[in-house]
Amino acid sequence: MPAAAISVHGLRKSYGEYEALREISFEIAEGEVFGLLGPNGAGKTTTIEILEGYRSRDAGEVTVLGFDPERAGSAFRERIGVVLQQSQLWPTLTVTETHRMFAGYYDRPRDADEVIKLVGLEEKRDARVKTLSGGQKRRLDLGVALVGDPDLVFLDEPTTGFDPAARRAAWELIRSLRSLGKTILLTTHYLDEAEQLADRVAVLREGRIIREGTPAELTGGTNETEVRYRQDGHEVVVRTTEPTRLLQELTAAALAEGREVEGLQVRRPTLEDVYLSLTADEKG
Amino acid sequence: MRLYRHQLKWEQLVFWRSRESAVFVFLFPLLLFTLLTAVYNGQIYGHPASWALLAGMLGYGAATTAFAGLALILVARREMGILKRIRSTPLPPATYLVAVLTSIMVVFALQAASLFVLGKLLKSTPWPHHVLSLVLSLALGAAAFAALGLALTGFIRSLEGSSAVVNIIVLPTAFLSGSFGSVAHYPKVLRAIGDVLPLKYLVDLINGIYLNGQEIWDKPRAVAVLAAWGILGMAVAIRKFRWEPREG
Ligand SMILES: Nc1ncnc2c1ncn2[C@@H]1O[C@H](COP(=O)(O)OP(=O)(O)OP(=O)(O)O)[C@@H](O)[C@H]1O
Ligand SMILES: [Mg+2]
Repeated sequence: MPAAAISVHGLRKSYGEYEALREISFEIAEGEVFGLLGPNGAGKTTTIEILEGYRSRDAGEVTVLGFDPERAGSAFRERIGVVLQQSQLWPTLTVTETHRMFAGYYDRPRDADEVIKLVGLEEKRDARVKTLSGGQKRRLDLGVALVGDPDLVFLDEPTTGFDPAARRAAWELIRSLRSLGKTILLTTHYLDEAEQLADRVAVLREGRIIREGTPAELTGGTNETEVRYRQDGHEVVVRTTEPTRLLQELTAAALAEGREVEGLQVRRPTLEDVYLSLTADEKG
Repeated sequence: MRLYRHQLKWEQLVFWRSRESAVFVFLFPLLLFTLLTAVYNGQIYGHPASWALLAGMLGYGAATTAFAGLALILVARREMGILKRIRSTPLPPATYLVAVLTSIMVVFALQAASLFVLGKLLKSTPWPHHVLSLVLSLALGAAAFAALGLALTGFIRSLEGSSAVVNIIVLPTAFLSGSFGSVAHYPKVLRAIGDVLPLKYLVDLINGIYLNGQEIWDKPRAVAVLAAWGILGMAVAIRKFRWEPREG
């Protein structure tokens, strides 16, 4: 059992009257890729920035790489890499210069050219930052986060604005970081991204973790199938491990009455379905 | 120390790479000096006008470079999220700020030297006699203004409003402090306001040294007032300086 890179117990955070985090607890093992999901305003950035040491907490125990991030100094920052949800870099420097500048802050940085290649900016290495496209700027953020050769990488919506090819490339990059034994905490609104990358995910809503587990666990195990049809004008959704028998019964009954099974759909639930039903407002 | 040198080097590169800072911060006092000496003739304080204007422009340069320039640069970086980004690296915040302050002082030193060269070329102004006193005075003035600039960033909420705020402070200050010529004929009220401003004391100090052959220690009051403003600026900066953008 690998040691915990991050452990969070009973974390609370309020902004004035507003409770952004209400008792959050989770652990991330060394070498694990952990995905934090949740709708806008759920508290993902608040959580990640508390772990990065940017924000103070109101209550709870937080340990990151053995440090309390609120009090940690340079030794902690040597070992983490950060992609913020929003930030810019010097518009007048080039891609290579930006990487070199940041590399100089670390004791054992990676080679700047190597990192630039890793994030796919080698054709833009001498371009000024202000001339990069939105997705290219995001890749620069990623490169700058990796140039210190961190053990733990925080990625707050790292692939927002990426085209499909760039997203696939970023996935490959994150997988290669994982194979190097790095721990990764990422937030994303792309459910397929979480499904592809994360060993485990937690779904946040209104400052609470409402579900946690592997993507497979969250989609309800591997052998459940979702059957949907309409009956008397109502949508019926049935999750079953025996879809064959259910369909047989449905279709037999319909045939006997000489009618169609309306709106029949058969599919495996995706993380997106689970996510949407979890995060939907429970009104009415 | 290695980190400090690394950061100072990059600060210089970033400063000169940006056309806005290079033109508005570095060149502006030189342009103003050229214009003012072209229109002012005759004498100020019993010396050729260009000499007094050179002394005034050194003071104005300290205010516009170390105070206004620094504040604008730091507010821009704060609002862009660059300061926040830097905070996640092992670079200690104090090292970063000292490097940023030193960098702006280097810019001001080059600006002051350029003013003397420009004065010599355009109006045959003399080189300063008490170089050590002058350098110490300019360094003190620039340091005090840099501390005040750091403090000012805490009161500027957005990038859009920042240059307006800064100009509304610097331009009247420069007029009231005698950067653009003698204030002897100003109304009493205006002179009274000028008497509490740090730039007035810096200009006095430079005038004393450059025009009247004094040394820095002949003006202990001016030195004390400048130091007090610097300490005040530092104290406010420690409370008010922010690393993160105002929103988010
Ligand atoms: N500095 C702040 N001051 C006041 N309220 C804040 C602050 N930062 C966040 N909040 C509030 O806390 C809640 C959680 O915000 P947070 O940024 O953590 O959400 P998020 O899950 O990252 O959302 P998104 O998906 O939109 O990035 C929101 O309601 C937000 O308005
Ligand atoms: Mg967020």
